[in-house]
Amino acid sequence: MLSTNRESPPPAVGRAAMKKELPEQFKAHRHVWVFIELERGKVHPVSFELLGEGRKLADKLGVQLAGVVLGPPGEFTWFAIAEAFAYGADLAYLVEAPLLADYRNEPFTKALTELVTTYKPEILLLGATTLGRDLAGSVATTLLTGLTADCTELDVDADGSLAATRPTFGGSLLCTIYTLNCRPQMATVRPRVMAMPQRGNNQIGRVIQHDVPMIEEEIVTKVVGFLSDGLSATANLAYADVVVAGGLGLGAAENLNLVKKLAQTIGADYGCSRPLVQKGWMPADRQIGQTGKTIRPKLYIAAGISGAIQHRVGVEGADLILAINTDPNAPIFDFAHLGVVTDAIRLLPSLTELFTHRLSPHSRDKLAN
Amino acid sequence: MHIVICIKQVPDSTQIRVHPVTNTIMRQGVPTIINPYDLFAMEEALRLRDRHGGEVTVLTMGPPMAEDALRKVLTYGADRAVLLTDRHFAGSDTLATSFALSQAIAKIGESFGTPDIVFTGKQTIDGDTAQVGPGIAKRLDLLQLTYVAKIASIDLDAREITVERRSEGGTQTLKSKLPCLITMLEGSNEIRRGSLDDALRAARSAIVKWSAADAGIEDLTKCGLRGSPTVVKRVFAPPERAEKAEQIDTTEKTPRDLAEELIAGIFLRQPALKSELAFCGDA
Repeated sequence: MLSTNRESPPPAVGRAAMKKELPEQFKAHRHVWVFIELERGKVHPVSFELLGEGRKLADKLGVQLAGVVLGPPGEFTWFAIAEAFAYGADLAYLVEAPLLADYRNEPFTKALTELVTTYKPEILLLGATTLGRDLAGSVATTLLTGLTADCTELDVDADGSLAATRPTFGGSLLCTIYTLNCRPQMATVRPRVMAMPQRGNNQIGRVIQHDVPMIEEEIVTKVVGFLSDGLSATANLAYADVVVAGGLGLGAAENLNLVKKLAQTIGADYGCSRPLVQKGWMPADRQIGQTGKTIRPKLYIAAGISGAIQHRVGVEGADLILAINTDPNAPIFDFAHLGVVTDAIRLLPSLTELFTHRLSPHSRDKLAN
Repeated sequence: MHIVICIKQVPDSTQIRVHPVTNTIMRQGVPTIINPYDLFAMEEALRLRDRHGGEVTVLTMGPPMAEDALRKVLTYGADRAVLLTDRHFAGSDTLATSFALSQAIAKIGESFGTPDIVFTGKQTIDGDTAQVGPGIAKRLDLLQLTYVAKIASIDLDAREITVERRSEGGTQTLKSKLPCLITMLEGSNEIRRGSLDDALRAARSAIVKWSAADAGIEDLTKCGLRGSPTVVKRVFAPPERAEKAEQIDTTEKTPRDLAEELIAGIFLRQPALKSELAFCGDA
C-alpha cells in the first residue's frame, strides 16, 4: 500500500535511513518469484511481462527466477510451466489440485502462502489484475509483509532491496517504496506497464511440486457460473496495436461514433478518458489511464483528450502518440509525439475518409457489409 | 442484519496540485470528497438493509475532519457513524490500515452486534491499491468477495450469499456464506439522493469517536508508521518528456489537408504501421 493510502503526507524521507539489518528469520529468503496467472485455458500475458522484469531483478541480485503455477491437474497447467521457462524462468513451483481449477480466494491464498513460507522467496510479483489484486492482498496480510500496488518501475538498490516505484495521487507524483525488515517484498504490476520480453526456445527447467492438502468440502465459496466476455486477455484494449480514444473535447456522447468509426476503419480498438466514463458515455472497461487500462499500442490517436496526468500514466508506453485538441496548452501536447491544434469533431471524419480511400477493394467490401 | 461500510475521505484528485519545488501535494484549499467508489458500497449496504431490515454502521479512519464524510453518509440514511481517529495512525500503509480498521470493526461487533457483511469500495482514488479490503477480510477471517458487480441473492436463514464478480475476461458467479467482506465495483448501482428526514436526523446524530485505545488496540507497534512494513523512500514528479509534440501547422488548411499531413506524419515515424493498418497504398 502505500503511501497513497497514508493518513498524512508521507513522512520526510528520513525513515528509509531506519533500514536496520534484516531480522534473522528473513535472512534465508532468496530468489525472485512471479505468480503465473492462468485463466480458462490461457496464461495471462501479464505473467510473461513480469517474468521479463523478474529476470532483470534476479540477474542483478545473482539469484534464480521462479514461476509459480497453481492449477488443476492436466496438460494446460504443464503448458503454463513450459511457457514460464520459455519466458525466462529458471525453475517453477507447482501446486496441482482439482479445486484450483477456477480462481477462488481461499484455496489460492492457502496454496501460495504455504509455498512462500516453505521456500522463502525474497521478492514476489503478481499481475495487478482482478485475480492478482484479490490474491496479493490476502497473502501479504497473512504473511504480515509489505505490498506495493500497481508499480510502474522495479529495481534493486545497492544492498539488494526491492525499490518499487508507483504513481500516487492519481499519477500526480511518483513514489519509490521499500519493504523494510519483512520478506518477501511483494509488488503488483498492471498489464502492459512492462514490455513483453522475447520468448526463448527453452521449455525445460526444474519443477518443484508441492502438495498442499485441501479438500473441496472445506472451501466455503463455490463457483457456480462464469459468463465470458468472449474476449481473451490479449484481444482487448490493453493489447491492441492501434487505439483511438475520445475525451471531453468531443462535446457530446454521440460524437464518440466518430472515434468508433475511425477505429473500425483502421482495424483499431477504441477507448476514452475518465470523465467520459463518469458521464456514462462509455463503459468503464473502455477507460484508459491510471484507474482504467494501461495501453502500449504502436499508434495511439487521442481525440479531444486534454491529457491529465491520470491519462498520461496509462498511455506513455505507446510508440507513437498523436494528439488532436483545440487547446494549444493542453498537457497532452507535452507527451504526444505529433500534435494538431484543431477540433477533433471536424478532423476525425476527414481522417476516416482518407483512410477509407486507401483501403484495398477487398477491405472496402468488408466494411460496406 | 448488521452491515458495516468502510469509507475514506480523500482529496478530490481532479483538483490536486503538486508544489513545483518541494514535490508535495498542496492540500491547501483542495476540497475533500467521499472516495467515489465507496458510494457504490454504501448504496448496496443501504439497499440490503431496506430490504432485509437491520442497521448500517459507517466507519472511517482519518483525521478529525473526516467527520464531515461520515455525516454525509448519515444523510444518505446510515444508522450510525464511527470515526477512528488517533495520531498513532498517522503514516499507516495498507497493512497498518487494515489492522486498525479490523480492530475497530471487531469493536463495532461487540458494541452494536456482529456484522453480517463488511463493505468497502473497490479501491480509493488517492491510494488506488485495492489492498485494504482484502486486508480486513484476512484479519477478521471473513470470506472475501472482491469486484462485486451484483448481489444476486442473499438468504439470511441459511446464511448464504450469491454474487456476480468481475474477473479477468468475464463474470464469475460465486456462492458463499455470511459473514463476508465485499468490495463493490463502480457503476454497480444507482446512488440514491438523501431524504430530508435523513438529513435532519444526520444533523442531530452524534458521531462515535474512537481512539486506538477505545477501539481495543493494545499493541500500538502495529499502527501507523511503526506498523507499516512499506516505507516511502522518495517522492518525485513524473519526468518531463524531453520533446514536446511536433505540431502540424493548421494555418488555412482544411480538415482534409490536415488529415493528409497526419497520415504522412504517422508513416514517416512508424513505417511498419503501413502493413499493420487495415489498408494499403502509399502515404
